[in-house]
Amino acid sequence: MTDTAIAVRDLRKSYGSVEAVRGVSFEVARGEVFGLLGPNGAGKTTTVEILEGHRRRSGGVVRVLGHDPERAEPELRRRLGIVLQGGGFYPRVRVREAVAHFAAMYPSPRDPSETISLVGLEGKEEAFARELSGGQRRRLDLALALVGDPELVFLDEPTTGFDPAARRTAWTAMRSLRELGKTVLLTTHYLEEAQALADRVAIVKDGVLVAQGAPGELGAGRDRYRVSYRSNGSRAEHETDDPTTLLHRLTAEALARGERLEGLEVNRPTLEDVYLELTAEEPVR
Amino acid sequence: MSGALLAWRQFRFERRLFWRNPSAAFFNFMLPLAFLLLVASVFARGDREQLDVLVPGIAGMAVMSTTFTALAFNITFLREQGILKRMRGTPVPAGSYLGGLLASSVMNAAVQVLLVVAIGHWVYGLPWPREPLALAAFTALGVLVFGALGVAFSHAIPNFDSAPAYVNAVFLPAIFISGVFYSASALPGPLEALAAVLPLKHVIDGLAGAIVTGQGPLELPTATLTLLAWAAAGLALAAWSFRWE
Repeated sequence: MTDTAIAVRDLRKSYGSVEAVRGVSFEVARGEVFGLLGPNGAGKTTTVEILEGHRRRSGGVVRVLGHDPERAEPELRRRLGIVLQGGGFYPRVRVREAVAHFAAMYPSPRDPSETISLVGLEGKEEAFARELSGGQRRRLDLALALVGDPELVFLDEPTTGFDPAARRTAWTAMRSLRELGKTVLLTTHYLEEAQALADRVAIVKDGVLVAQGAPGELGAGRDRYRVSYRSNGSRAEHETDDPTTLLHRLTAEALARGERLEGLEVNRPTLEDVYLELTAEEPVR
Repeated sequence: MSGALLAWRQFRFERRLFWRNPSAAFFNFMLPLAFLLLVASVFARGDREQLDVLVPGIAGMAVMSTTFTALAFNITFLREQGILKRMRGTPVPAGSYLGGLLASSVMNAAVQVLLVVAIGHWVYGLPWPREPLALAAFTALGVLVFGALGVAFSHAIPNFDSAPAYVNAVFLPAIFISGVFYSASALPGPLEALAAVLPLKHVIDGLAGAIVTGQGPLELPTATLTLLAWAAAGLALAAWSFRWE
């Protein structure tokens, strides 16, 4: 058993003449929460569905827990939990019934009641799926993906369309996956979701990875610091790759004038800055 | 966990959900029986000759509605909702999942044929079927043909909202030209010729042979061979056209 849960090398996928994924490579370590972040249509879902075994790739090498997912082996599927993007369910099945039915498909499932509590659906055990709210339905999806006690969980845009409160609740459930030691591959187009949940993030744009790293380091990788303060009622801003020298100069000047630098802030670019920069449309020339 | 056990669990699950869906329960269970009682009371009125047409006719119609109609609806719904795709992501082998799903339809068909025959006997005083084995054989052939065609037809249905229109565009003409309510030989020539190449008339001929005239598959080679050909074509079409999403 290796430490790598997912290995993807030069993955390609074409639909007719359209190349949705154009040479993507990344690795996900066991126990890691890995986020694929990118705008709609960037190729995230195509990538994840190839890893789940739902689509055939056009090129490249893919290993999921040591298996080629294209071969659709039950041995692999026993170890996976999949939350599809916007998957529906039987409307007239009760929550407990559905979770118990799915539990019986796996060799060593989690306890259904415990799984229902884990995703925060306790009290809804006897409700029909169609009576659940959107957020509750998504948590049922999560419960169905977790009840087989998978090693690796795929979450494809798990909170798209949620209001902020429902999103926070869902995050709590997803954070519990890390505590259980699961490997998670998450796709999202919400930056703060990747930031809140992922150990490492890869930014996808037009079918290629434009950056990857820990959410904090993606910003830190670029040596640009932003220094700002209030001056005569307006905000002054400087960008620099050498904040020490800049701050020394600014504070020395302020002291010489007998002033204070009101509201002084030194910021590294956030993941958001990097994300917006990397996924921005090319300027028209 | 064995594939057979998983199929059995899926079958039980489908049975439980079937009874919770009032419209499916109505169309699959009540409608053929209601037709039998209504048409028999209004038109046949104890006329043995007409009942001998009607009972196998309704039994054939029930086979078609519990398999072709029900599966075309079901698979369209399951595909549209992403349930097929979700099931495919589990360790349940495709054969076990689809087997459990199809077995539920087969169960409905078998129960319907038995109910129709029992009503014919107890309510209208018809004798019990003369060839029970032939009854089972033609029911099985009908289930095979219409089950396969239902799965294949779901491929042509763009979404669940339009499923009733698509399914009834096939089902309603089929029951009117195939001798459900009257002998197909009473139809105008071209319609009779059309019915003769479609499977429902042959299912009904086979059931009539088993129930009324005491003929089995070997004595009804046209029905048997036509149904075998449709079964082969239907299975090939279903396997070729099946999509998980």
